[in-house]
Amino acid sequence: MSGSYYVPASSKWPALGSLAVGVMMIGSGMLLVHGSGGPVMAIGLAAVLAVMALWFRDVVRESRHGLYDSQMDRSFRWGMGWFIFSEVMFFAAFFGTLFYVRTFAVPWLGGEGEKGLAALLWPEFTAHWPLLNPPGEGITGPREVLSPWQLPLVNTLILVASSITLTVAHEALKEGYRHTCRNWLAGTVLLGLCFILIQGVEYYEAYAHYGITLDAGIYGATFFILTGFHGLHVIIGTVILAVMLMRVHRGHFSEESHFGFEAAAWYWHFVDVVWVGLFLFVYVF
Amino acid sequence: MAMNPGSKPVLQHSTATAGGMAEAHPAPPSGLLRWLLTTNHKEIGSLYLIFSLVMFFIGGIFAMVVRAELFQPGLQLVQPEFFNQMTTMHGLIMVFAAVMPAFTGLANWMIPLQIGAPDMALPRLNNFSFWLLPVAFTLLLSTLFMPGGGPNFGWTFYAPLSTTYGPPSTTFFILSLHIAGISSILGAINIIATILNMRAPGMRMMDMPLFVWTWLITSFLLIAVMPVLAGVITMMLMDINFGTSFFDAAGGGDPVLFQHLFWFFGHPEVYIMILPAFGIVSAIIPTFARKRLFGYASMVYATAAIAILSFLVWAHHMFVVGLPLVAELFFMYCTMLIAVPTGVKVFNWITTLFRGSISFEPPMLFALAFVVLFTIGGFSGLMLAIAPADFQYHDTYFVVAHFHYVLVPGAVFAIMAGVYYWLPKWTGHYPNERLAQWHFWLSVVGVNLTFFPMHFAGLAGMPRRIPDYALQFADFNLVSSLGAFLFGASQLLFVAVVVLCVRGGRRAPAQAWDYAEDLEWSVPSPAPLHTFDTPPTFERPAH
Repeated sequence: MSGSYYVPASSKWPALGSLAVGVMMIGSGMLLVHGSGGPVMAIGLAAVLAVMALWFRDVVRESRHGLYDSQMDRSFRWGMGWFIFSEVMFFAAFFGTLFYVRTFAVPWLGGEGEKGLAALLWPEFTAHWPLLNPPGEGITGPREVLSPWQLPLVNTLILVASSITLTVAHEALKEGYRHTCRNWLAGTVLLGLCFILIQGVEYYEAYAHYGITLDAGIYGATFFILTGFHGLHVIIGTVILAVMLMRVHRGHFSEESHFGFEAAAWYWHFVDVVWVGLFLFVYVF
Repeated sequence: MAMNPGSKPVLQHSTATAGGMAEAHPAPPSGLLRWLLTTNHKEIGSLYLIFSLVMFFIGGIFAMVVRAELFQPGLQLVQPEFFNQMTTMHGLIMVFAAVMPAFTGLANWMIPLQIGAPDMALPRLNNFSFWLLPVAFTLLLSTLFMPGGGPNFGWTFYAPLSTTYGPPSTTFFILSLHIAGISSILGAINIIATILNMRAPGMRMMDMPLFVWTWLITSFLLIAVMPVLAGVITMMLMDINFGTSFFDAAGGGDPVLFQHLFWFFGHPEVYIMILPAFGIVSAIIPTFARKRLFGYASMVYATAAIAILSFLVWAHHMFVVGLPLVAELFFMYCTMLIAVPTGVKVFNWITTLFRGSISFEPPMLFALAFVVLFTIGGFSGLMLAIAPADFQYHDTYFVVAHFHYVLVPGAVFAIMAGVYYWLPKWTGHYPNERLAQWHFWLSVVGVNLTFFPMHFAGLAGMPRRIPDYALQFADFNLVSSLGAFLFGASQLLFVAVVVLCVRGGRRAPAQAWDYAEDLEWSVPSPAPLHTFDTPPTFERPAH
């Protein structure tokens, strides 16, 4: 224990970041409630991204100047680990919603079990999943649902493959094969981009041909909130990996110390695992 | 390791490591910028505490409006629509902007001192966590001035009251809660990383003061449930703005699903507001009873048990919503189980007091009142846990009495006990004894006058969150309102004591309380801006 734990001097990024988050949220609220405020939201979002970039730039610089010791490294590890746990719980809320609706809410509406009262609301309603016939008038359900064995399967293979290519890149970095690392990492970013593209095509298909929309009852709602937040995480993960690619290219990271890379990899594997859960419970079963 | 023959744990550090190394740090920017840009755990801790105190008064004014309207039956002062906004905002502000930030402020100040760390593990993130709060709650309070008014659906914002029937400002309410949630999650991550990684060499987990332990477990709860809150308010946002049917049975969703998700967050949330209080009381009682805390290890295990059980009891808030019988039974029995570890704690405090040489300084007064009055709240909680009985109490003033007993003379008294206990360490001065005594006795009388009659009003059937009531509840409400005004006014004394203590007063030595054991008492009073630039070593007492 050398006793050189790095306590940064005062920094403007946290306060500016808070301000940027506030502007972004006020803009979003104005956009949603009053239909205006898009520019405010865009400025806020741009400011949030700028602050993040500058803040991380400071961290990278401090790290490259050797200000961080092994204890600092452990702080980052704990921090990233618990952050991913918080993300797990965020997705747990949506998976919990899906399971609750499928196991309880929809069958109860159909008259199953002790919750007979719910069945009195819409006596003609028959429950089954996927819910194509929402009970209320004026809510049109999806015409049909997506087959898991077409685009979703392709995307599953892409994401699982990307976890493998990322692991190869990581092993290469640990062995000092920087070119190999760079190539496999570039491949991982490419796979991430493919996933996003295919997910975009699938959304188009869902809206244009299948009638799976946000307002198509609970099937559309759970479908889009789960795949939507997952897709957002893939986009974020791809950006993070692209930054790591740039850093590898510029000669950052050593064979022993490269937690920035590892944290990105943890995040990517987490996003991958969430997708496997999605593939199974949103598409297959 | 050097020998430590004494009975107290010792931090080995030179004066230089405890304080003097100011030259190693660049001078902070001056004026307001210093507070805006700071990365220092003590300054950020103070910011949290000041913010929380301001919000405590804003939330308190809302409560005064509620009590003024309920002073007499009939409608006198405010319209029912505004009354609903006051009850809602009172709850939201007190929970998210007063109690939670106060505990985070105490954690910021004291955890690094108690474990011998130079600062929090991630100091810039720490500042970000704080500055998100003023942004979040300025936005939340601004909803009161928006068309249609602010949130009016109760602090639990049940769908469809908050989705289909909520005011237009509900979207802003959701966004502000998102910001507050991000702040809590980042703050909790920081505290966990600090506790797990920054302890002085030699300090094992089971050497940590209980305040540190309770905050470790609280942080875990925060990281586990704040994202669930984020998820549920996101679904609300979608239902309101994008036509989804999460909480709408017509589309195959379920309003009851909202309650399940909300209380999966909400029940651990109430323990988030009480576990650090347990830690504070567990530090104060041994100090002023001049005895070692009875059952340290069992306190740790009991805290962990309460945290685990908190994930298995959420539906006891929903007994009348129409749950299957098996769920009612499961949640009833799990809820009752919580009485076991909580009882362990209360008995440990009492046993610590047993045959102690007790003195009654202000921190001890608040801690003792905490033990007695929190236990009353615990017992009314047990009554509410009985599902068939809850069918009667549900949504009555009995529930209001219950949770105010655990939150006001529970959490708030523990925060005040902690402030009085640690003020000498923060300012170098003892708080004014006479004023603090007045503050305590007026508070303890006021709090009981306010909340004890609510038990009776509730058992007699008075519903909560209604601006008017039947004549037979008039006397109870009159007493409650008078008590509330007394309690509210007494808090001005608290501000006076704190301000006077910052400005001057009897000088406090490093060891401000003779029998205090924890390591914060080994650094000078007031604690220098930077402590432990090089890690101290921790020595366990020899017994």
